[in-house]
Amino acid sequence: MVDKVFIAFQNNSEAQPIVDAILADNAEAVANETPGIVKIDCPGRLVVRRATVEEKMGREFDLQEIHISLISLGGNIDEDDDEFVLAWNS
Amino acid sequence: MSIELKTTSIDPVRKTFDHIAEKIGPDKAATRYQEAIWGLQPIVNQHYRPTWQPEKQLYDASRTQILMADFDDLIDPRQYYYGTWTIQRGKQQDSQEKNFSFVESRGLLEQLDGRWTEKIHQLIIPMRHVAWGANTNNSYIAAYGFGAPITSAAAMHMMDHLGIAQYITRTGLILGNNSVHVLDDAKALWMDDPVWQPMRELVETAMVTKDWFELFVLQNLLIDGTLHPLMFEKFDVLVSQNGGAAFSMMNEFAIEWFTESSRWVDAVIKIAIEESEPNREHFNQWAAQWLPRVRSAIVPLSGLAFDDQGDRVLNEVFDGMNARLSKLGITG
Amino acid sequence: MAKDKRMGLKEKYAVMTRGLDWETSYQPMDDVFPYDKYEGIKILDWDKWADPFRLTMDAYWKYQSEKERKLYAILDAFQQNNGQLNISDARYMNAVKLWLQGITPLEYAAHRGFAHAGRSFRGAAARVACQMQSIDEMRHAQTQLHAFSHYNKFFNGMHGFAHLRDRAWYLSIPKSFFEDAMSAGPFEFVTSISFAFEYVLTNLLFMPFVSGAAYNGDMATTTFGFSAQSDESRHMTLGLEVVKFMLEQHEDNVPIVQAWLDKWFWRGYRLLALVGTMMDYMLPKKVMSWKEAWEIYWEENGIALFNDLSRYGIRLPKHHEVATKEKGRVTHELWSTLYQYGNALGLHTWVPEDEELDWMSEKYGELFDTMYRPRLLHFRAQEETGKRYFNNRLPMVCQVCQIPVFFTEPDDPQTQCVRIVEWADTKHHCCSDGCADIFNREPEKYVQALIPPQQIYRGEAGGARDIFEYAEWLHLVKDVDTGEYHGSPDHLNWEAWKAELPTPQANSDEAA
Repeated sequence: MVDKVFIAFQNNSEAQPIVDAILADNAEAVANETPGIVKIDCPGRLVVRRATVEEKMGREFDLQEIHISLISLGGNIDEDDDEFVLAWNS
Repeated sequence: MSIELKTTSIDPVRKTFDHIAEKIGPDKAATRYQEAIWGLQPIVNQHYRPTWQPEKQLYDASRTQILMADFDDLIDPRQYYYGTWTIQRGKQQDSQEKNFSFVESRGLLEQLDGRWTEKIHQLIIPMRHVAWGANTNNSYIAAYGFGAPITSAAAMHMMDHLGIAQYITRTGLILGNNSVHVLDDAKALWMDDPVWQPMRELVETAMVTKDWFELFVLQNLLIDGTLHPLMFEKFDVLVSQNGGAAFSMMNEFAIEWFTESSRWVDAVIKIAIEESEPNREHFNQWAAQWLPRVRSAIVPLSGLAFDDQGDRVLNEVFDGMNARLSKLGITG
Repeated sequence: MAKDKRMGLKEKYAVMTRGLDWETSYQPMDDVFPYDKYEGIKILDWDKWADPFRLTMDAYWKYQSEKERKLYAILDAFQQNNGQLNISDARYMNAVKLWLQGITPLEYAAHRGFAHAGRSFRGAAARVACQMQSIDEMRHAQTQLHAFSHYNKFFNGMHGFAHLRDRAWYLSIPKSFFEDAMSAGPFEFVTSISFAFEYVLTNLLFMPFVSGAAYNGDMATTTFGFSAQSDESRHMTLGLEVVKFMLEQHEDNVPIVQAWLDKWFWRGYRLLALVGTMMDYMLPKKVMSWKEAWEIYWEENGIALFNDLSRYGIRLPKHHEVATKEKGRVTHELWSTLYQYGNALGLHTWVPEDEELDWMSEKYGELFDTMYRPRLLHFRAQEETGKRYFNNRLPMVCQVCQIPVFFTEPDDPQTQCVRIVEWADTKHHCCSDGCADIFNREPEKYVQALIPPQQIYRGEAGGARDIFEYAEWLHLVKDVDTGEYHGSPDHLNWEAWKAELPTPQANSDEAA
């Protein structure tokens, strides 16, 4: 079994396009909601793509803006201007 | 004032926390600043000696010779807690960012006479290392100071200096069209150029100064209190007068910040001096010991910045410092 | 000269941070950075440090000011609109009390600890990461105080937290935990707090508990909790980075790091028993049980993390299987203890209502129904006959984690687990093999621990001769700040406010 990475956001309208983008770009991603939180689990690797978020938001988006609504994550991070990737290496 | 509810009797049972009420009286409402800083640091019942300094406790008032009945008295006149500080810095960053992009997009720094560009390379860009030294020294005060008022404000000061170091870096990158050579050259000057060596020696000496209040005086009052006016007031004005208004826009934050943060530096020292005569003696001694060294570290920089006017400007800056010291009640 | 107009995030960060430092020559580097070698961690190249979140101060100020503006706007509205009336039930407030007394002080301690680490490492990028965390932790302490400030005006138990923090027996649990980390060297400190605590364990605090705060109508805690957690993501990442960095730098670092992970996993796990108890017992409306949270955040996410580190030769932390065996009982065992020692607590305890007991049966199954439900029902029966049970003796606490020695044997929930350790001809008690191992590795450290019940016996608690005098010395007002919830001023005020009746004058002035 491949270990899951995860990322969690505040469950609000600001984070919604980011969550939508992640679910669109990661076929195996699953969103779980508890009050105030949406946690997305995904086996092995998960990517947040700037272009997809921008499409969902209808405006320019800097990936560092995810800090505003990010709650937690699990996985090794690799971030550049276009992609924010979470992955386990093993 | 609470919004009107159907219930008329939802009255608070107290105004604030006990330790705040002890300082301001039980019937007063506390400010957010007071609730954010007082009583935060433990003093009693510390469990283990630090393995990195077993002769002291984790929180230990004896890391400075300054004695205070209550270190919580070292309050910040700006009343900065994290929220007010970061919101203020956010606004300033916004404005500074606009300056950078205005100057960069119009190539305004390129219009500057080469003579002045050269001086900025030699004098301003290496200042990023001075700011980094100040960051290091304020992290020392945040780590080993006593009481949340001083450690909280020192931590903000530490980040402010990192911000200044990075703004100077931006200036360097704009000057050099995003080439890092500008920064490498400035670092080489910092490391080896005779003009900078006395200052580097002083900053490194500050980095091994153990008494955090002495370090506060040396770094935040004496070094910053002379070097900033020299570079970001006197030199900045000179460049502006010679067609470099754009350069001044690069320094907006550093200029504003110096005036603002000096209020804090002065207030903390003044409170400690007013606490006792022995405290005042320590400040007198530190000023007497360090001011001449700070001056000799700045002499070559003033000479390079102002050529034959170097001595005159240097005297103005140190006259300003002496006036500041006497206002604080320090006889240097 | 290469003309590159747009600088990428990675390059920008490198230029903005790394070039700033220099090799000192007027003072030896070892004098400027005296604390980053004695732990035995070998660093060959500080430039190999990778910075996952490449925040420069411009971006930091931009995003943090935006977060603070939002947070204080909500806190202002919360205070102006009597937001305290929106919580599910005043029993919930006791979780907030424990947070203010036990967790908020750790945020300040973290500020200091990270300032120490942020001064100690000779690598610039590592220092900047620690410094940012230092100021963030100050943020967390202050936003929590500002959120709780309003609750303190309406509920008891919070007014004297600063006095209580350094003296109360149950707050010695979090305090000694953090002082243990701070008194270690900077590498161990960052491993303990950023990695073991924040990466591995605090998801258990901030995710289910803050979600629970949201569910229980606590706008103030929810707001700072989630806002703080966005900083926490950076801090967790720092934790993972420092561990990987040490492991990659030198193979000699591996056993040192493994020993720290063993120690801090257990130390953090024990501390979180308090959080688990908050989740299971103090949230009137439940979101997730401790057991479920443990399964998600440790058995799934935590183990994934350790699997990832196995390529460096790191194995799962020692005694992790014990923690998993205990997942069905720690919160019940701890609540029962808090319930009994209620006369020396700055918060109230109670027996949960029937529907809560049913929820626990559903979540915890047979063990709950055979062991813990009968005990709770027994307490309730005593209370109903006017003999609410209090244990007014002083508990014996573990020399390491400082929790009273009441946990049970890993394979036998009916037998109390006690381990005797010895150093310099003196015997000490530990609650578990995990804590005994920690003691035996550094006995000279743990014999320094201040053990509140022993201090009381030695007369070091204001000369208090019994638990009531001790509570008084803690500035706790009997039955106002302490004791049973039902019938307490908090309870009566709450009922009155909810019924829109005049407030009873139930609060006596705080003892001087």
